[in-house]
Amino acid sequence: MAADVIRIRGLTKTYVMGENEVHALAGVDLTVAPGEMLAVMGASGSGKSTMMNMLGCLDKPTGGSYELDGERVEVMDRNQLADLRNRRIGFVFQGFNLLARTSALENVELPLMYDRSARRRDVAAAAAAALARVGLADREHHLPNELSGGQQQRVAIARALVTEPALLLADEPTGNLDSRTSVEVLALFQQLNEQGLTVVMVTHEDNIAHYAKRIVELRDGRIVRDEAVTPRGNATADLAAIDARRKGTA
Amino acid sequence: MKPQMLIRIALRSIRRTKMRSMLTALGIIIGVGAVIVMVAIGHGAKSRIETSIKNLGTNMVVITPGASNTGNVRGGAGSFNRLKIEDAEKLRRESMHMTEVSPVIMAFGRIRGGNGTNWRCPVYGVDVSYQAIRDWQMSDGQFFDLRDVRARRKVCVLGQTVATNIFGEESPLGQEVILRDVPFTVIGVLAKKGQSASGSDQDDLIIAPYTTVQERLAGHQFIAQILGSANTGAEVEAAMDEAKLIMRESHALGEWEEDDFQVKNQADLADAATGATEVMTILLACIAGISLLVGGIGIMNIMLVSVTERTREIGIRMAIGARPTDVLLQFLVEAVVLSLLGGLLGVALGYGGSALVGRLTGWPTVIDGATVGVALGFSAAVGVFFGFWPARKAAALNPIDALRYE
Repeated sequence: MAADVIRIRGLTKTYVMGENEVHALAGVDLTVAPGEMLAVMGASGSGKSTMMNMLGCLDKPTGGSYELDGERVEVMDRNQLADLRNRRIGFVFQGFNLLARTSALENVELPLMYDRSARRRDVAAAAAAALARVGLADREHHLPNELSGGQQQRVAIARALVTEPALLLADEPTGNLDSRTSVEVLALFQQLNEQGLTVVMVTHEDNIAHYAKRIVELRDGRIVRDEAVTPRGNATADLAAIDARRKGTA
Repeated sequence: MKPQMLIRIALRSIRRTKMRSMLTALGIIIGVGAVIVMVAIGHGAKSRIETSIKNLGTNMVVITPGASNTGNVRGGAGSFNRLKIEDAEKLRRESMHMTEVSPVIMAFGRIRGGNGTNWRCPVYGVDVSYQAIRDWQMSDGQFFDLRDVRARRKVCVLGQTVATNIFGEESPLGQEVILRDVPFTVIGVLAKKGQSASGSDQDDLIIAPYTTVQERLAGHQFIAQILGSANTGAEVEAAMDEAKLIMRESHALGEWEEDDFQVKNQADLADAATGATEVMTILLACIAGISLLVGGIGIMNIMLVSVTERTREIGIRMAIGARPTDVLLQFLVEAVVLSLLGGLLGVALGYGGSALVGRLTGWPTVIDGATVGVALGFSAAVGVFFGFWPARKAAALNPIDALRYE
């Protein structure tokens, strides 16, 4: 049996704001097995963003332990964290965060440029394959401002996939998208998940979360709900339904 | 990240802000351009002086009257002139290291051509060896010979300037010039030497046998200088030491007495003449260096702005795996590429500027590869030095804050 992708034990994060200590995370235990699709939910101030930063190895916890794909994160320095983000995590952000005035292909190539292990020789071919996986093979040389929001997010997903990470980490991936495009992106997530990719997405929208297999809800820095999603949505089917409805009204 | 990738990223980022990059690099462009123009002018002046010093003659040793030192009152050089024809004769007889020795007697006066034209220039009374010492070719006719000297014949050779001013297009050979009422027959015209290191016209003179000049023109027995020529370049120092000993003996100086003459060689003359231009070159280079410094500060300023503007980009790069070093290198390389591009444009400006200065003023300008190399190296160093702080600022950013930066 493969190791857990995420294993968190007693994770805490305390921010000092002047005289006050804010416990953004107050002891979280979480295990995510390979092939899971998890939605982390919670209102603002629940510790959701802090959780996201911890999971993404962008910040170090105050206490507790975090193993990502079998590697202990809390003992790593800045360089090791950078390498870990590069190889093990694919990020998808709310605001897409593509480099402006840089073609889709070059945006997708970017993580490979920082890959010190030099696993892949042919960077351009790997990036092109990743773009093809998200259905943008014909948009390689488009600039971000020439693409729709959904297409930009798919470029971002391709960028996250190109290093073949253990974990796809999405922070409000549909926050800037209309409802149809949101479902489209979720359909892509579900597809990738079917192919074996572990997906963790942070969202506050129930209708997005119900496409996940499991929901974890945070409140005041603690997990207050951890349950399987039933019934689970099928984004591909929903997308077809939306398109059919539009055709009907048109 | 590979070096060529870093350079590509830097070039792209510079291209995106063409106007700003251009203005930023302007300080470096002007600085490097100024360095090159100024050093080119300095080198040009120096090489002109060196050529004219070399033009003086071959392996030349010059003995001039020294400062007098009577009763602890020190006069200037030449204030007590004790060079005599006998000194020159003794030197010629006794020197092992000098093949040729010639006294130089100077006389001034009005000169009239046979056709009535007037001219004013120095008349040098010299020995036959003077031609060899100064390595002076003839353009027409010939130099006087030993018999002319012995017989104190009234013959002379003219410098180019004198020849054209008195005789114009006409050949002066066989014609007469009248020096202080004494008619001399022109037997030769010297080849052109051009300007001396000090800027005087070396071709504005008349040369005659020293015996004749001494007898007919100069009222007194002192001679302006004694010129000698060492056998080889390597013997110049030895010849100078030897000349000193012989001169002291000739002047019967006691051990406690100072030399009443000076012995110099071409290198000494060259040093004196180039010293001034070197000081000027250094001063100009300092000014240019300061403008490079100012240019560097401009680069630092714009790099700081750039780091702030691109905080989000830095955040993205860090999130997807850029190490702090990668970010540092990215901005450092950008600063260096920017200042190097400025340096390259500056070199072009320097070439153009030197050519322009050369054409407008007639000064010779010399650009050597070393100057260009140093200027480019310096501009790269400016990029590293002034780019480092902004780059370090970028590298020290926290990825979370950088990602959230609006």
